[in-house]
Amino acid sequence: MTDGLLPTPGLVRARYAAVPAGVHPELLSPGYASTAARAPLRPPVDLPQRLTEITGPLLGEGRLSARDADLTAQHEVEPVGQRILVQGQVRDSDGRAVPHTLVEIWQANAAGRYRHLGDQWPAPLDPGFSGVGRTVTDAEGRYRFTTVRPGAYPWGNHHNAWRPAHIHFSLFGRAFTQRLVTQMYFPDDPLFGQDPIYAAVPEQARERLVSRFSLEQTQPSWALAYEFDLVLRGTDATPFEEQDGQDEA
Amino acid sequence: MTGLTPSQTVGPFLSIALRWPDGPYVVPEGTPGAVWLRGRVLDGAGVAVTDALVETWQADPAGRFDHPDDPRGATAPAVEGFRGFGRSETLDGEFAVLTLKPGRVPDGQGGLQAPHLDVSVFARGLLDRVVTRVCFADEAAANAQDAVLQSLPPASRETLLAHAAADGYRFDVVLQGEGETVFFRV
Repeated sequence: MTDGLLPTPGLVRARYAAVPAGVHPELLSPGYASTAARAPLRPPVDLPQRLTEITGPLLGEGRLSARDADLTAQHEVEPVGQRILVQGQVRDSDGRAVPHTLVEIWQANAAGRYRHLGDQWPAPLDPGFSGVGRTVTDAEGRYRFTTVRPGAYPWGNHHNAWRPAHIHFSLFGRAFTQRLVTQMYFPDDPLFGQDPIYAAVPEQARERLVSRFSLEQTQPSWALAYEFDLVLRGTDATPFEEQDGQDEA
Repeated sequence: MTGLTPSQTVGPFLSIALRWPDGPYVVPEGTPGAVWLRGRVLDGAGVAVTDALVETWQADPAGRFDHPDDPRGATAPAVEGFRGFGRSETLDGEFAVLTLKPGRVPDGQGGLQAPHLDVSVFARGLLDRVVTRVCFADEAAANAQDAVLQSLPPASRETLLAHAAADGYRFDVVLQGEGETVFFRV
């Protein structure tokens, strides 16, 4: 018990590079009405990266059960809709793969309806589809889901508001600092222009949320393929060793 | 260097995927000394948010992490079944995680941090998670030595303190406005 209590000078160094401007949405984004009462008004305080921040839950195979990565095979009947593969690589901003990390997804069915009590718009539920998937990246940081393409759905943000088709992603990486929840979109969605959630992302970063159609990965007579890579915060340790400790000063 | 993937809101339907039956259990039920950390997530109108997700991450009671990036070496938890990670929705108006108070963790500058949990809050209307820390009001001596707490004005510091309650501790997150919780950029 006691060794953890001994102060050890120089034990901690900043490990993860700061997030540059122009990546994440502003929390207060007036076009997205729900931000008005929920976005903090004060600027965040810088927290030096110490042991709690550079570690994190390493959740893996133990969180999975059979067919978690195949959303079309979780019920006795298959879901309706366009069968698709969604696959890609999780890496950090230094280009290193993030292996063995939990990826959780959830989505609406092909008609645009979530299996959630709070979603009551008049589109059908699908007895063959829960819309929930989990997997763990492999040694190269790669993941793959089989699912159906989600539909768009209306919401109350503004008159005639529709969410572009999307799949929610939740990732842990290997540190508290790397935690990310985001959404994957589909190429050339005509609904992008009126969607305040997509538009809240700085313009130069928006395309990173749009998957790529891949004919090469498409499986003949079976499923269309979309590729979506995710990039988590990297370390700044390699080229700039000298500067590592600056955040602790 | 490739561009980071931007964050997006978790949306209103997160519970279909992110609710785990064992989510709130940082330690198994029945663990000696376990406490419930409970609280509300309040919006700018003082209304409890019922579609938020609160996640916690912490050291074990010995101040250690079972993680290879802990330079002291990954250490099997001092307590059987200790996961370090908790996850709870606020469907009933409160989050709740069953945990053990963490030990003190070195601050890398020769001192010790106060016992703390790192906290992420996700919700509809939050385009990125917000991050805060839970410290403990009944750890006055340790808190007085904690560089992060001491760097804050007293009123701000108070927003990071959990207070003793019947079966553990209470800690409300105020997203916005009067009494707004201190949020961190990590």
